Formats: sequence, structure tokens, C-alpha cells
Amino acid sequence: MSQPSMSEALRGVVRRDLLLAMRHRSDVAMSVFFVVIVASLFPLGVGPEPAVLRMIASGVLWVTALLACLLSLGRLFTADYLDGVLEQTLLIPQPLAVLVVGKVFSHWVISGLPVVLLSPLLGLQFGLSGDSLVVLTLSLLLGTPTLSMIGAIGAALTLGLRGSGLLVALLVLPLFIPVLIFGAGAVTNSLAGVGSEANLSLLGACFLLSLAFAPWATAVALRIALE
Amino acid sequence: MSVNVPSDVEITPGDSRFLYYSTLRQFIYFRSGRISPNMFQTVALSGSRGERQLFSDVSVTVKPGTLLAVVGENGSGKTSFLRMLCGLLSPDRGTILWEGKDIRQLKELYSAQLTYVGHLNGIKDELTPVENLTVSACLAGDECAGGAVPKALEAVGLARPVHRLPTRVLSQGQKRRVALARLWLSTRPLWLLDEPFASLDVTATNYLTQRLHAHLSHGGMVVVATHQDIAIPPDFVQQLRLTR
Repeated sequence: MSQPSMSEALRGVVRRDLLLAMRHRSDVAMSVFFVVIVASLFPLGVGPEPAVLRMIASGVLWVTALLACLLSLGRLFTADYLDGVLEQTLLIPQPLAVLVVGKVFSHWVISGLPVVLLSPLLGLQFGLSGDSLVVLTLSLLLGTPTLSMIGAIGAALTLGLRGSGLLVALLVLPLFIPVLIFGAGAVTNSLAGVGSEANLSLLGACFLLSLAFAPWATAVALRIALE
Repeated sequence: MSVNVPSDVEITPGDSRFLYYSTLRQFIYFRSGRISPNMFQTVALSGSRGERQLFSDVSVTVKPGTLLAVVGENGSGKTSFLRMLCGLLSPDRGTILWEGKDIRQLKELYSAQLTYVGHLNGIKDELTPVENLTVSACLAGDECAGGAVPKALEAVGLARPVHRLPTRVLSQGQKRRVALARLWLSTRPLWLLDEPFASLDVTATNYLTQRLHAHLSHGGMVVVATHQDIAIPPDFVQQLRLTR
């Protein structure tokens, strides 16, 4: 009897999720527009003072990325749960944690990657330039996968609950704090002319830590949710 | 082949003797050499949903080439029983054995032995039947390349033009057929089917019955939760009635 290899199963999960995202292009477009609009509201509200904008840039863009991730967390497991695909996923003869990595990766491609790609443009809007733009993009590239990983735990824990959208925000936003501090700190340091390597290394460490624990915790939470 | 439900010993799960008896029964099962290879059995299985006891002390053996029809009124726990057999739900008490080994220890090795078609179809409305079946068969490790998938869909009575439509626009019965088409690709010995005949028409019911018959003739095992009679020769079928 054939059994899919781990990488085949991983690829299968990613392919299905990306195919679904292709059919729901409006969902992806909406989260991109959300980021652009939220980031554009701040200069309008705070005023066009370049020094002020540069100062708040990293915080604003990072919080926007956080919210964009949070908004799309609802889609991560709910649809699969309702149509029975999640049940079948649990029965795939491969470790569930590996399949969770596949799901989280697709979630990042759909919700995190667009933010990373847009960030230089949004940074320009806040008067960031040169090095700090590069650091901003790099910090988001390292940080957004961590957000998806941590978010997956929250999404799995609140699966099938009433009002899970708000609950997941309360659960995961505090856990996002270290990523926010290191991410925003990297850009601030680069603006101040201090090296941002330390912050970026810490972001990398956060990512590795979440990669080691989050899929496993999510898998356990999913099994409990389906009981 | 033994079906002893409810238990022959008159005790309730709340009784302190219950644990003793169910442990004793498990011990006897293990010791008496009744576990033959490639056999599927439950030993003193009890399940509940929330506070409500659904069934208790269900011991049943499914041998190769047999179909176990799980019957019972609505809410008697047929779906829970099947989900327990899949390993999706843990039993309150008792063990499920595959070839004599506890499925909780076998984990993925056990998942590789079964095909489960649940109450929910497990298909994506946005994808076409071909995409749905290809993805789920590939993920499960069944044959998913080339013409196998369209052939399976045709075998279940879905004509070619339907293959390229989003599943969203199909009828309930057609969606059920897409979900069941997995059985035409599956080479696994154990099939667990929850109400497979629900929303199927007469033609599709016949296709499915023939497929089940073929699987049983090849030494496969089937557990079906159902309300209706299945047109399969009675020497293949054993019945399990779930009662509280």
C-alpha cells in the first residue's frame, strides 16, 4: 500500500490551499487593501510632519502587519472544519504537525507575503529611506511567518467556538508582543544609526522557536477541537 | 464473529465493578488468542458526548471480508462510534485493536490502513470534482495520477461534463458521489463509512453496493453506519445495534 511521503503530503496541503486562494482572489486583495488603507490613515491623522512620521513608521507598519495577520486567521482552519476537510486531514498517514506547517505556510503566502512585498512602498509613505527600508522589509520577512505560526495556535484553540474572532485576538495579540518589539525595534535602531542585527537575530530566533513548537501545539489543539 | 451488545454482565459504567469487568474482558480477549492477523476489533468500548452516555461495553470483531452494519436510532451514537474507530474521538473506556495492536499506539500506521467517508463530504466547494478527488487521493496516498481520478468519478456515475464544474454548483447527491468516489481509488483494507447512502439515488446506491461487494470479496473490511438495508449477501454482513 502506498503512503504519501512527508514532503508529498506537505506539498499537497500547500497546493490545495493556494489553489483555493486563487479561487478566492478577492480575499487576498482585501487583506492587501486593508494594509494599504490602515497604513495610509496614520499620516492623514497625525499630520504630514516628516520627523513625526519617520518616528512612528516602524510601529504603525508593524501593527498593521499584525492586524492583517489576525484578520485572516479566521480563514485558516474554519472552512476546513465546516466542510469536513480537516477531519480528513487528521487521517492523513503523516504527522499532523507537518501538515500544519503546510497550512501555516500557505497562510503566510496569502496574508504575510503581500505585506512584506508592499512594505517598501508603505515605508516610503512614512519618509523612510535607504537602509531603514531594507531593514523594515527584512524584519517583516522574518517576523510575519512567526505571526502566522503563533496565530495558528490561537486559531486551532478557538476552532468551532462562538465569537472565536474576538477570542483569537485576545489570545494571540499578547503573544505577538515580542515579535512586535523586535521588529519595530530593528527599524528604529536603523533610523538611529545603531545596528539592527541584534533585533533581526532575535526575530530569527523567535521564528525558529515558533517553528519548533507552534505546529506541534496547533496539531494537539486541532485534535482536541475535533473530538 | 461475536456481537455482544449490551454486555452479558449486568453492570453500568457507574458501577465500581465495571472497570474490573471490562479489564477482565480485555484480558480474556488478549489471552484467548482470538486476535488473528488483519482483524479489526473493539474491546469493551464505551463512549459519551458531554454528560450523555451513548453506548457502553461494545465488543465486536470485524474479520476480512465482512461488513459491519452499525444501526441504531438517531442520536444512538453511530457517528461517534465511527469517529472512535477512526481514532478521531477517544473512547471513555475500552480499546480498539488493529491486528491485535492498540490504534492509539499505531497512530499513522493505522491511518494508512483506513478510508473514512464521514457525515461531512470533506470536499471543497470552490474546487472541481477532479481537483477535489486528486488532492484528497494524493494526500491519502491512493492512486491519483493520470486517468485514475476521472475514471473513479465515472464509476460513481458522474459524467465528464460535470468533472470540470466547481463542486459548489452540484446537487447534494452529486457532492456525495464525489466524496464516495474515493472508494474507487482506495486500496486500503478498512473502510469506515458514515451514512454513505444518504442523498444517493437508486443508481448511485447500486454502484456503491457493487463497490462494497467487490471490496468485501477481495478480503476488505467495511464498517457502515446506516439506516437502510444494504443489498449485500447476508453471509458478508454482521449487524451491531447501538443501545444505551
